[in-house]
Amino acid sequence: MTVPGTAAVADAVPGAGSGTPLLEVRDLRVTFSSRGRRAVKAVDGVSLDVAAGSTVGIVGESGSGKSVTSLAALGLLGKRGVEVSGSVRFDGEDLLGMPEAELRALRGREIAMVFQDPMSSLNPVLTVGRQITEILERHRGLKGQDARDRAAELLVSVGIGDAVRRLKTYPHQLSGGMRQRVMIAMALACEPRLLIADEPTTALDVTISAQILELLRELVVGSQTALVLITHDLGVVAGLCDQVHVMYSGRIVESAPRRPLFADPQHPYTTGLLASVPRLDQARGIPLLPIPGSPSDTLPWVEGCAFAPRCTRQVPECLGAPPALLPARGAAGGAHLVRCVNPVEDGS
Amino acid sequence: MSLLEVRGLKVHFPIKKGILLERTVGHVRAVDGVDLSVEKGRTLGVVGESGCGKSTLGRAILQLEPVTEGSVVFDGTDLSTLNGRDLRAMRKRMQMVFQDPLASLDPRQSVESALSEPLRTHGVKGPYDARVRELLDLVGLPATAANRYPHEFSGGQRQRVGIARAIALNPELIIADEPVSALDVSIQAQVVNLLEELQKRLGLTYVVIAHDLAVVRHISDDIAVMYLGAVVEVAPSDGLYDGPLHPYTRSLLSAIPIPDPEVEDSRERILLRGDIPSAAAPPSGCRFHTRCPWRQPTRCHDEVPLLRTLPGVAADHTVACHWAEQIAAGQLQPMSPEEALIGAAGGASEPGSGASNRGDAGLMPPAADPR
Repeated sequence: MTVPGTAAVADAVPGAGSGTPLLEVRDLRVTFSSRGRRAVKAVDGVSLDVAAGSTVGIVGESGSGKSVTSLAALGLLGKRGVEVSGSVRFDGEDLLGMPEAELRALRGREIAMVFQDPMSSLNPVLTVGRQITEILERHRGLKGQDARDRAAELLVSVGIGDAVRRLKTYPHQLSGGMRQRVMIAMALACEPRLLIADEPTTALDVTISAQILELLRELVVGSQTALVLITHDLGVVAGLCDQVHVMYSGRIVESAPRRPLFADPQHPYTTGLLASVPRLDQARGIPLLPIPGSPSDTLPWVEGCAFAPRCTRQVPECLGAPPALLPARGAAGGAHLVRCVNPVEDGS
Repeated sequence: MSLLEVRGLKVHFPIKKGILLERTVGHVRAVDGVDLSVEKGRTLGVVGESGCGKSTLGRAILQLEPVTEGSVVFDGTDLSTLNGRDLRAMRKRMQMVFQDPLASLDPRQSVESALSEPLRTHGVKGPYDARVRELLDLVGLPATAANRYPHEFSGGQRQRVGIARAIALNPELIIADEPVSALDVSIQAQVVNLLEELQKRLGLTYVVIAHDLAVVRHISDDIAVMYLGAVVEVAPSDGLYDGPLHPYTRSLLSAIPIPDPEVEDSRERILLRGDIPSAAAPPSGCRFHTRCPWRQPTRCHDEVPLLRTLPGVAADHTVACHWAEQIAAGQLQPMSPEEALIGAAGGASEPGSGASNRGDAGLMPPAADPR
């Protein structure tokens, strides 16, 4: 399968501001192929900027390409059967063309990642302390007692009491919330400039998830560390993110600062998502308006808007050339972008 | 009279030790004294975090778990007095919808076979084609789905098959354990709406078990909030959000993010520290007292609170808290979360959130505290 022809109108870049961004993703494309199967385009031309110290949310359902975007950007996808194109620049340096050794030095020190399930990301046969000191030894050159002291400090900073004793525990001896705290401590061990959190609270209980979000808010928001929060939960980004990108089928379909996004959503997918989740603060009688179909419903051909088969506002143009990401109606300064030929008028 | 009446229900799982000579060293009190009732045609929501015993409660109602104590009365019949044939006949009237349809449907069984199996089991005379088509139509699937297999469907469609199977025998009561939590956000609403529509058309009674309070509140008439094996508050859905009485309900409500930046920035947050204690050794007195921001020096730690009504609050709203009046009147102020937490610093004793609440809750604590 070939890359489709470029859109008639070039996409605007969401989140672009003045100055050099910390992370600059341009036209990132990821295709998975395996013998005998049709190639799958997981990410289809994603461009976004993350400014230093800012908080960016990427919202999408499973299969929207939100996780693959971040994995591809950090070179974590592996080589076989994966085709990555486009450019990813971190602080001006191209990550995609970077030799593996250099990239490895960067990951963990400058860029860190927190995954959804801490149990499968932590090493079950090493103590928590060993796993944290390993990072400090590798990237910071700390050794022995110095490393252990710093590791204990880190545990305290993520709200784990009795840190010295906890360093000797194994991951299975900790609860889910505690494990996720350890993951965050490990991620923040080298004071990275970019933290990518991929569904950090999805595997956790409601009250524990609130603790972890509060912790991220305390540690990251307002600090020098930029946060990219990947989630399926619109509620999570509503309270936390400066800029929110909504992804569908490998593309960013709407992008805006959180207030305009929730006050005046314009892509039918965004409004559909908002109308399909029950809200605690609304009266009970309001019926839910589900989005018909499922994310696996796609057009049999490459062109056109991927959401069209499920869209209630579909017009003939939707099936033609793929729509470009353009400034939304009423948006000032290009901060609100939408990829739709027939956007929702009354944003409710 | 209520269709379903649960009285003093207890389900305790023994913790076994030793290889050859197994001996019981303790019990996991998964469900520890629950009273509930559901009227015909209504929906009761049961919410709580993992390990609170909500799934065990649902299974125990259907007699799928051994009941340690207490009774489940369904339409006037105490289910614990039934066995064998009588219980099987009763099961026809009570069905279950599971969380993950990919796990609960046989991958090698076609939809037609899956839907006619309950009919066959319960001695309904064939042919089943017409009923299968009717069921598919009821849950909004095309008739062609009958010849297909579970893997050919999307998650939402699979859950529709799971629901069709549950309603195949025209049951009166359906227990739905996390019916939408495995589904994508845009699909959840489809299944919630389907459940509501089926209730209207078939006059079903639901017990919906879930951790997502927003979904539960949307679908339920009444809500029971569970914490560590016990019900701490029961209220009509609206009453629970407008005037939560139990400290745990308050913190649960405040922990749920709302997709609106204006609301998120301004709302009050009651954060809890620590994790749920182990159900093998629940705290004395009020089970929530180890994390409660409103804990008082008296009563909370040594006196078990019972569900009771409060003066000035609707009679169908009950709460198990000694200090509910004072908290509601604002006479007591919450402590900071750090002050509130007592016992295990940080609480390593709770099993992983994804862990099933069966058994492992009890296996964890001894190992969790390396000296």
